[in-house]
Amino acid sequence: MSRTGGLFSRALLRRHTVLPGFDLALGFALLYISLIVLIPLSAVFLKTFTLSWAQFFDTVTTPRVVASYRLTFGASFAAALLNAFFGLIVAWVLVRYRFPGKRVVDALVDLPFALPTAVAGIALTAIYAQNGLIGQYLPFKVSYTPLGVWVALVFIGLPFVVRTLQPVLEDVSRELEEAAATLGASRWQTFSKVIFPIVAPALLTGSALAFARALGEYGSVIFIAGNMPMVSEITPLLIITKLEQYDYAGATAIAVVMLVASFVMLLAINLLQAWARKRQGGL
Amino acid sequence: MATTEPAWVRWTLIGAALAFMTLFLFVPLVTVFYEALKKGWDVYVAAIVEPDALSAVKLTLIAAGISVPLNLAFGVAAAWAITKFDFRGKNLLLTLIDLPFSVSPVIAGLIYVLVFGLQGWFGEWMRDHDLKIIFALPGIVLATVFVTFPFIARELIPLMQAQGIEQEEAARVLGAGGWQIFWRVTLPNIKWALLYGVILCNARAMGEFGAVSVVSGHIRGQTNTLPLHIEIVYNEYQFAAAFAVASLLASLALVTLLLKYVIEQRVKGQQRQASDRGG
Repeated sequence: MSRTGGLFSRALLRRHTVLPGFDLALGFALLYISLIVLIPLSAVFLKTFTLSWAQFFDTVTTPRVVASYRLTFGASFAAALLNAFFGLIVAWVLVRYRFPGKRVVDALVDLPFALPTAVAGIALTAIYAQNGLIGQYLPFKVSYTPLGVWVALVFIGLPFVVRTLQPVLEDVSRELEEAAATLGASRWQTFSKVIFPIVAPALLTGSALAFARALGEYGSVIFIAGNMPMVSEITPLLIITKLEQYDYAGATAIAVVMLVASFVMLLAINLLQAWARKRQGGL
Repeated sequence: MATTEPAWVRWTLIGAALAFMTLFLFVPLVTVFYEALKKGWDVYVAAIVEPDALSAVKLTLIAAGISVPLNLAFGVAAAWAITKFDFRGKNLLLTLIDLPFSVSPVIAGLIYVLVFGLQGWFGEWMRDHDLKIIFALPGIVLATVFVTFPFIARELIPLMQAQGIEQEEAARVLGAGGWQIFWRVTLPNIKWALLYGVILCNARAMGEFGAVSVVSGHIRGQTNTLPLHIEIVYNEYQFAAAFAVASLLASLALVTLLLKYVIEQRVKGQQRQASDRGG
């Protein structure tokens, strides 16, 4: 039957099957991925080979570029940290408690996924400008400073933490908590010694996802950042600046650094998820 | 026995969660509509019916109208291969599907400039043949396809994995052909997850900024999508107009969240059914 099918069936299938369509489906999927993702993405790496190692190194370590890494990684990390803290509280409250408006709040968590980043960017800028709704009460500037970058990255990262934690919190078995209570644990002890260790891998995964997303974020940040070189310029913006100056090789060199950082994060997240699954499976 | 927190702890946590959500999510959302209508209804309407804004609406609809069906076809094909068959390299394929999520949108735009731009691989050949991809519609579609391509596949794969292949095999044994199996057996089982994926994909397609910004060239009335139009108007200090156009996209986001909530309930129902069947 399907064993006599096309190339993919003969080369890749591990088990005999009666279902049709493997060659067509896999063939189409592979063609599509190659055309849209793999071939264009390989262009980034091939383009950097037109630079010598010294040129590449110089491009990605000029003070302006290094300042942008510091801002991008620093603000992303600080945003992931705040999201880890409040994301845990939001997820906990949504899973454990009843309160009026809970469903609306739950649905609103996904707003940063649904709201276009440019819209979020101009809204946050307006709110935190010096005459803005919140900005006018603050003794320091937020919009057009690195602090503004951080605000925007908190906004886009929140759903990652909450949505990763929610299912895990729902699965924490009540019997464990009851057992802890029967053995005389206080509520805080139960939380810190029983519940938290169970959800910690998910908390870490969610924060890592938020961090990874923040590294590449562009739309929501550029409006509020002010984009001052050396101060509030993020790395993705530098790529665009180089492109606008027709410095394709320079733009590509910085892009390679960002891509490598993304791939490292992707790997770290996969390992975290595997660890989280193991932890959950063991319980 | 202490298996829940004292009331004051509960309400403090609820208060903290709500304060955080209000500050970072609710206030920005309300601000969009408030700033849009601050200068009155006339300014609002004028900003939206202006020719450049209308052509941006049109371009956004066209770009999403092409990219979403393409990604739908890909999502279904990839999910069919991954969930109905056991083959070598499956995990690699799964990782590749997720790849666009971890690539900065700016880099998503850059890669097409490197391939199709004037200095790119096919740049000269395309100029000689009078073809334009970068700074034109095809480039915008390509960038949109790239950033939105995991959404539908990612919704379908877990559900179809849970549903297994018994029903399709039964249909096959009873003599159904491939397409018949898909239309009559598989599709009815996955329709809500499919719709859910399409809605998420569409929301991102219409709102994508970074990737499209790199390949669009920002030609007014020609290659500006809605998010790019918002940027241009905003940088000209026409804040009310920028927020008016932004309110269209914010409304789309709200509709997306509402549909998402409704469909989520149905998908949960289907997943329960699937796991009941699977035992």
